[in-house]
Amino acid sequence: MTFSTVIQNIIKIMSKYWDVFLIKGVSVTMALAAITVFFGAIIGALLAIMKMSPLGILRAIVTAFVEVIRGTPLLLQLYIGYFIVPLMVPALEIGTFASIAVALVINSAAYVSEVIRSGIQAVDIGQTEAARSLGLSKGQTMTKVILPQAVKNILPALGNEFVTIIKETSLASTFFVGDLMTSYLTVKGQTYLAFESLIIVGVLYFVLTFVLSKLVGAYERRLKQSD
Amino acid sequence: MTDTVLIETRKLTKSFGGLLVLKGVDLQVHQGEAIAVIGPSGGGKSTFLRCLNLLETPDGGDVIFEGQKINQKGTDVDLYRQKMGMVFQHFNVFPHMTVQENVTLAPVLLKKKTPAEAQAQALNLLDRIGLLDKKDEYPRKLSGGQKQRLAIVRALAMEPDVMLFDEPTSALDPEMVGEVLSVIRALVKGGMTTVIVTHEMGFAREVSDRILFMADGVIVEQGTPAELLDHPRQQRTQDFLSKVL
Repeated sequence: MTFSTVIQNIIKIMSKYWDVFLIKGVSVTMALAAITVFFGAIIGALLAIMKMSPLGILRAIVTAFVEVIRGTPLLLQLYIGYFIVPLMVPALEIGTFASIAVALVINSAAYVSEVIRSGIQAVDIGQTEAARSLGLSKGQTMTKVILPQAVKNILPALGNEFVTIIKETSLASTFFVGDLMTSYLTVKGQTYLAFESLIIVGVLYFVLTFVLSKLVGAYERRLKQSD
Repeated sequence: MTDTVLIETRKLTKSFGGLLVLKGVDLQVHQGEAIAVIGPSGGGKSTFLRCLNLLETPDGGDVIFEGQKINQKGTDVDLYRQKMGMVFQHFNVFPHMTVQENVTLAPVLLKKKTPAEAQAQALNLLDRIGLLDKKDEYPRKLSGGQKQRLAIVRALAMEPDVMLFDEPTSALDPEMVGEVLSVIRALVKGGMTTVIVTHEMGFAREVSDRILFMADGVIVEQGTPAELLDHPRQQRTQDFLSKVL
C-alpha cells in the first residue's frame, strides 16, 4: 500500500460515495450534535437552577445525576438509551435515531448544567449584593444582572461542548444511525477500503471541529472586548 | 439632624464559622446624621454596616428601620432596601449596562418611576457628578473614581432615606479619592443621613457629626470628631489613632 495508491483510492471512493459522506454523514452528524446541544442546554439550564436551589433534596438529585452521567461511559449510556427509551415510550414507536438522540441529550445536559452553573457562579458576588442593595428581588437580580453577564461565560463553553459532541456522536454509529462514522462503516463494507474511508471521515471530522472551534474562539474574543 | 431615630440596632451579634465578629452592637442613627465608623480591619465595621440592610443576616439582636424591626421572618427586606442606598468598596457597577442604564434600572424595575421620569432623573444626577457626557458609555471606559461616583448616583436614584458607604475610597488610586469624597460631602451637606465606614480620618473629622470607633466586634468609643479623634478616652482607641494619625 503506497501513498499514491491511497490517494487514488480516496479519489475513487469520493467520486462514487461523496454523497454518503458529505450529504448523509455530515448532515446526520451535525443534526445529531445540534439537537444534543440545543436540548442539552435547555435541560442543563433547568438542572443548573435546581443545583442552586435552596432545597437540599433537589441539589442532591442533580448532583447524583451529574456524577452518574460523568462517571459512566457514553457508549454504555447510548446502549441503555437504545434499549430503554423504546420500552418507556412504546406508543411513539420511537426510532433508533431518536433513542440515541435522547441518550446524547441526557449525557450532554449533565455536562452543560455544570457549564451553566459555573458560568453563573463566576459572576462576582458584588454584582448580586449591589442589585439586592437597590431592592431588587432574587429573581430580578438573576434575570437583569447575573444572567446577562453569565451568558458571556456560558456561550463560548457551549460552543466548545458542540465541538465535543460532534466527535462523540461517532459512538452513535454503533447503532447505525447514519452519522459520519456510519458512512465509514457503509463505504468500508462495500469497497473493503477501510483505511482510505477512515482517512476521509477523519478529515471531515477535523474540518468540522476545526472550523467550529475557530468560530467559537473568534466569538469568545468578541465577547471579551465588550467587557 | 433631628431627634427622629432612623435606624437602630439592639444587641446585634454576628459570627462567621464560630468567630464572633459582632458582640452585641447598639446604635441609634438619627435622621440627617452623618456617622463615620473607624477602626482596625477585622473589627466588624463592614459586617455591622452590611447588617443594617441585611446583606448579612444578624445571628441575634434587632435591626429597626423607621420603627419597624426588619430582621424577622415575613419581612419584605427588598422594600426596606429600596430606602437604604449602599455603596461598596469595589463599586460593583453593572458592566453590561450603560452608565445611564445603571442609574435607571432599579427605579424603573421597581416601579418607582416611569422610564421617562427615571431617565430625566438619571441625566440630572449624572450632570451633578460630572458624568453626563459618559451616559451612553459602558463602565469599562470609566476610571475608578468615575465608577464609584456612578455607584453613588445609582443608589441615589432610588431616593433612599439613608446612604451606607462601605470603605468607598479604599480601592481607589490616591488621585481619585478626592472626587469621590466631594460627592459624599455634598450629600451630607444636603442633609442625607449617612453611615460611612472609612479609613480617611481627615474626611471623617470634616463631615461627620459622630465618629464610632469599632474594634473586636464592639463600639469601643464614640463621640464628636473633636472628642474622639483629639481626646480619646479608651486605651484601645488611643493605640489605634496613634498608628493612623
